[in-house]
Amino acid sequence: MGILEVKGVNKRFGGLQALGDVNLSVAENTVHAIIGPNGAGKSTLLNCLVGKLIPDTGSVMFDGQSVLGRKPHEINQMGISRVFQTPEIFGDLTVMENVLIPCFARRDGAFRMRAFETVAHEKDIVEKALQMLEDVNMADKKDMHAASMSRGDKRRLEMAMCLVQEPRLLLLDEPTAGMARADTNNTIDLLREIKEKRDITMAIIEHDMHVVFSLADRITVLAQGTPLVEDVPEKIKGHPKVQEAYLGQAHG
Amino acid sequence: MLGLSAKDTRFLLIVVFLTLATPFLLQPFPETSSLAQFNAGYPDLMQKFAIFGIFAIGFNILFGLTGYLSFGHAAFLGVGSYTVVWMYKLLGYNVLPGLVLAIIISALFALVIGFISLRRSGIYFSILTLAFAQMSYNLAYSVLTPITNGETGLQVYLNDPQILMGENSPTSPHLFGIVMRDSTQIQMGDWLFTMNNGYYFCAVIAIIAFYISLRIFRSPFGMMLRAIKTNQTRMNYTGLNSRPYTLAAFVISGMYAGLAGGLLAAMDPLAGAERMQWTASGEVVLMTILGGAGTLMGPVLGAGFIKYCENIFSKINDGVLHGWFAFMPDGIEDLIVAMIHPFVGKGWHLTLGILFMLVVIFLPGGLVEGGQRVARLFRRNKKAGPGDKDPEHHPKQAPHVAE
Repeated sequence: MGILEVKGVNKRFGGLQALGDVNLSVAENTVHAIIGPNGAGKSTLLNCLVGKLIPDTGSVMFDGQSVLGRKPHEINQMGISRVFQTPEIFGDLTVMENVLIPCFARRDGAFRMRAFETVAHEKDIVEKALQMLEDVNMADKKDMHAASMSRGDKRRLEMAMCLVQEPRLLLLDEPTAGMARADTNNTIDLLREIKEKRDITMAIIEHDMHVVFSLADRITVLAQGTPLVEDVPEKIKGHPKVQEAYLGQAHG
Repeated sequence: MLGLSAKDTRFLLIVVFLTLATPFLLQPFPETSSLAQFNAGYPDLMQKFAIFGIFAIGFNILFGLTGYLSFGHAAFLGVGSYTVVWMYKLLGYNVLPGLVLAIIISALFALVIGFISLRRSGIYFSILTLAFAQMSYNLAYSVLTPITNGETGLQVYLNDPQILMGENSPTSPHLFGIVMRDSTQIQMGDWLFTMNNGYYFCAVIAIIAFYISLRIFRSPFGMMLRAIKTNQTRMNYTGLNSRPYTLAAFVISGMYAGLAGGLLAAMDPLAGAERMQWTASGEVVLMTILGGAGTLMGPVLGAGFIKYCENIFSKINDGVLHGWFAFMPDGIEDLIVAMIHPFVGKGWHLTLGILFMLVVIFLPGGLVEGGQRVARLFRRNKKAGPGDKDPEHHPKQAPHVAE
């Protein structure tokens, strides 16, 4: 029984069957990659996991609880954090403030007024945020305007914002999309480091095979809204069905 | 001190000094000079500076921090005024009960209006608040006449109960016997300084209001509000619902507006429906943007600037202009007066409009940004090191929300 259990999920947009009977089980403390050609339904599946979309049928269970019908902020409080395709950070705030906010969110759980307190007095939170920034090598940039950083640094910051919440499941939506090779490699290194140092489960949606094969413990291949195969990376590489899905009728 | 950093304490002390010294600072020209009409140190105008300063500070907590642009804040201003006048009618001329109740009632109003309006954001939120304010205005003007006295405006009559009025109580607004409209005048040579009780009462409240806003800006709550302005998506995926934060900001700014409205009635015991009109709501938006939205000092500067233009430029008529240019030959004098005429007197809005456009186009950060640019200019002249030559290739530091 995995930490995330997706069973019989269907999602239809008008005449288009975006997801057809998707079953997926993500085991705790593993990296599970979901790959597939354009239009395979990868993003739709992810949006069903975080509360942005509600599947027509089927169930999504996280740690024994259903996530369906919950708002994104409630799902986050259950322990699921999400990294977006284009980094979603608080651009007008400093790097430090960007990390402080998830710290407050995790500790308080919900709305707290705190209008007459100062951030500096919350010593444990400030310390935690600083430690996180050091872990991702951004401590020297803590007073920088987040929007003025490079794409790679923004991605790094977004990861830090998710990790500081100590999520039990981290969802990554094409973390290297639109990145140069060097940035991609940096991101892979960062993710590998996270995987080794922390007890964390990750689900990655990815286009880039290089990223997938260097990180994943298990891979699910999605095509036209349905899972084709699920296996360990070594077996996926040469699998005829996968080649067919990616390259069309190669031998036909 | 007071839970503030050293820098903020210094900043607050400067604000306190400027506020208390206003009756002197705004009276730079001697009474006898022809420039005396540019003096702004008279009670009525100084009270407006303080009151609209409070209004704008509160508005800035909503608009400056969360980015939600309300076009209906005048409704709370009106609610505050009506509450205070009603307390005059029922209890007596002491301003304190009215002001406390004004804050409470405007908070309740803001809670209801905010709860509904904040279901939408952007332009839809603005339109919803505008609709609420216009409804309030029209109700006050017509249907609610028994409460608001309609067109005439609410005022105190001789047959009102005023149950707390004693034999010797003052017959105009006062605070435990300190009458608001009384002033002490100091004559120093050609200069005449007026220290008005009402102004100092408003000034003390304005300082407290400013201090509270400073604390909010620096608090985790203020940080959350700025985060909402920047990226609501990330806020939601960080596990926080943004609605309670924006609602809290809306209620706080509504309370500030109610307090400001109450103070208007504390200075002059009248309340009219026109205080709730959309032009009044628009004015506070102008003040905040003109001064610099999201900065601490900006809204106060904007409020002062607009009220100054309104009261000073509108007083300059053709007679005054002819007086200024009397030294010129008649033909040229008439020409110059005719050219300036549309911009002063009744046309002061034209001057304000042009100034507003110039500020928005050239100083999007408002008057505060102008001040910062001037300060930077001086600083750069002082130490023009090699490091300053290429600003494009230096990482930009986050703008500090003070100054």
